[in-house]
Amino acid sequence: MSRVNAVNLTDKEYLLPGNRLCPGCAVSLAYRHILKALEGQAVVTVPASCLTVLHGMYPVTSVTVPCVNTPFASTAASAAGLSAGLKALGRTDLTVVAIAGDGGTHDIGIQALSGAAERQDDFVYICYDNEGYMNTGNQRSGSSPLGTISGTTPVLGKQQHQKDVVAIMEAHRLPYVATASASYPLDLYDKVRKARSMKGLRFIHVYTPCPPGWGFPFMDTIGIGEMAVQTGWNVLYEVEEGAFRLSPASQSVAEKGGLRPVRELVALQGRFANLTEDKIQALQDWVTGRWQRYLARTGS
Amino acid sequence: MKANSKKQDASQMLDGNRAAALGAKLCRVQVVAAYPITPQTPVTEALSEIVERGELQAQYVTVESEHSAMAVCSSASLVGARTFTATSSHGLAYMHEMLHWVAGTRLPVVLACVNRAIGAPWNVLNDLQDSMSQRDTGWIQMYARNNQEILDQIIQAYRIAEKAYLPVMVCYDGYTLSHTDMPVDVPSQDAVDGFLPPYKAHTILDPTNPKNYNLVTLANPRLNAEGVLCHGYMEIRYLLQEALEKSKEAIASVGREFGDLFGRSYASLLWEDMMEGAEIAIVATGGLAMEAIVAAEMLRRDGIRAGVIGLRVFRPFPRADVLRALQGCRLAVVFDRSISYGNEGTACSETKAALYGTGTNMRVHGFIVGLGGRDVKARELAGAVKRTLSLTDRGALNSESPEWVCEI
Repeated sequence: MSRVNAVNLTDKEYLLPGNRLCPGCAVSLAYRHILKALEGQAVVTVPASCLTVLHGMYPVTSVTVPCVNTPFASTAASAAGLSAGLKALGRTDLTVVAIAGDGGTHDIGIQALSGAAERQDDFVYICYDNEGYMNTGNQRSGSSPLGTISGTTPVLGKQQHQKDVVAIMEAHRLPYVATASASYPLDLYDKVRKARSMKGLRFIHVYTPCPPGWGFPFMDTIGIGEMAVQTGWNVLYEVEEGAFRLSPASQSVAEKGGLRPVRELVALQGRFANLTEDKIQALQDWVTGRWQRYLARTGS
Repeated sequence: MKANSKKQDASQMLDGNRAAALGAKLCRVQVVAAYPITPQTPVTEALSEIVERGELQAQYVTVESEHSAMAVCSSASLVGARTFTATSSHGLAYMHEMLHWVAGTRLPVVLACVNRAIGAPWNVLNDLQDSMSQRDTGWIQMYARNNQEILDQIIQAYRIAEKAYLPVMVCYDGYTLSHTDMPVDVPSQDAVDGFLPPYKAHTILDPTNPKNYNLVTLANPRLNAEGVLCHGYMEIRYLLQEALEKSKEAIASVGREFGDLFGRSYASLLWEDMMEGAEIAIVATGGLAMEAIVAAEMLRRDGIRAGVIGLRVFRPFPRADVLRALQGCRLAVVFDRSISYGNEGTACSETKAALYGTGTNMRVHGFIVGLGGRDVKARELAGAVKRTLSLTDRGALNSESPEWVCEI
């Protein structure tokens, strides 16, 4: 499948200008390119999340594809229902796409997601990960990193590392697992397009920096996402039918000989203001260890 | 049952669960999502077998929980598929959030609830606490007294649901019906097809005409992009209540039509037995109404003019029908297998509320019986009625709180 570039990317928009998300929100950018890759031929299902806010308030919506809102825990089950219903009615024109945040994926939604993955239900599941419950005003989630200051880790910071939900999903032996970043929207576009062409449960994780939740200026979103890739905090890759491949941005980091220190990334974010040296080292060890495992999988 | 039931009906020995599964099959359900729980499990197994053998063209989604079962039914119904699930007790409680969601979305999902006690402590036997705890979710609730009524009401449930755009719960007693064989007249597929046309969804999933279902909706009406004022949350919820109220007529008319076609009429939302000239009404929901008939017969033999009002439909609550049926009675004794803890039996409250403001002097007295499968004997019911009657006649009846028929 050929790669899209800034010249041949479609001008057609499925996300209308103006929505209720915060300035600088990575979710708007990611969702815009996800919908472009789907060419509008999709039905999306969304749990309570920042994306609900993006979709608007009845009777006005910023989105021009059919959407089925669903309670928090049920994203994957809703997608399974849409998929089963469309199949029962003999409709093959629509791709079912479930889109949830990290709270809706790593935490409350993981039971339904794991069930659907084990059944190999036919839909694309996209987790946009802003590493916390940002829609409710920034509380810790299973995806919040060690040391994060949040509404529910206000003084000491989070005491545990993130849950590696992509590895959990890969363990379900899915036909397609990929990681992406809002800072690399064309890569995200390509991955959604590829997932769309496949069957079974396809899982895409999208890193979406959150200016108010993470505590950085809203004009820095893209830069934060880029630095996350350069530090190995966010590694972009695909696992297609079990075959692991680094995506261009992370491949380039590997080829240039190494990661920038995690210290540079956390220094830009207010949520890490209280990090002690040993916590920074623990985060660095966590990132480096994972990076080495990815490199080992590429065979380099 | 009329002797002239249509000759295409074939009598079979079926337990309640098999009757429910067969009912769903005859309705040509297109998506089934269910999770096993005692005593509903045989419904999931029977439908799995029917689908795996190719006897029904349906998608069977073997979900990992009841919450997901109802989420699958919700979204599949929104696509336009006829959907079915079944559960009991904790499974129904686990679905609670999705029950609200499905009713709020006005989707015609049908659920078979095999009534079972709810924990703690663990108990797998029958009472109605599970479904009665869901009475405020916006679902139509119908109860069955025998396996024929399970099959018949599942078939009617789809007609009612798809007419009123409301979900319907068909409830029947765990074990006493679910696991007990009874003769059931099974209508032919052609006859059911004649009664129940294919489902035409009121929802649209079309990229050229995109709709966004269940967006955040403010309390007040709000203008759309064309400047048209659209409903607020309260207006949408008002319409749900209005639909429930109006569904009484649909339930009765569908039940009448079913009777014309199959020889078994369900034109009334109540079952009334021996109520002609009755001065004492025994009120009970679902299968307990059968035991109440035996009790009423005992009382009649003792010269007490008792009759039975069985609640076939609990939501919408048939207030006017109950009021009419109670005309001429001086005492209503309500037996509940569920309770609103801290208050009284579920049907007892409803019966009292139906009578409020009518100027009646009728006494209403409530008993809690049969929780967790505790056997309810007709002679116990008759004894309770006699005691109540005696206290009433002496002016000593205290109905402040319900009486429990147990060892405390």
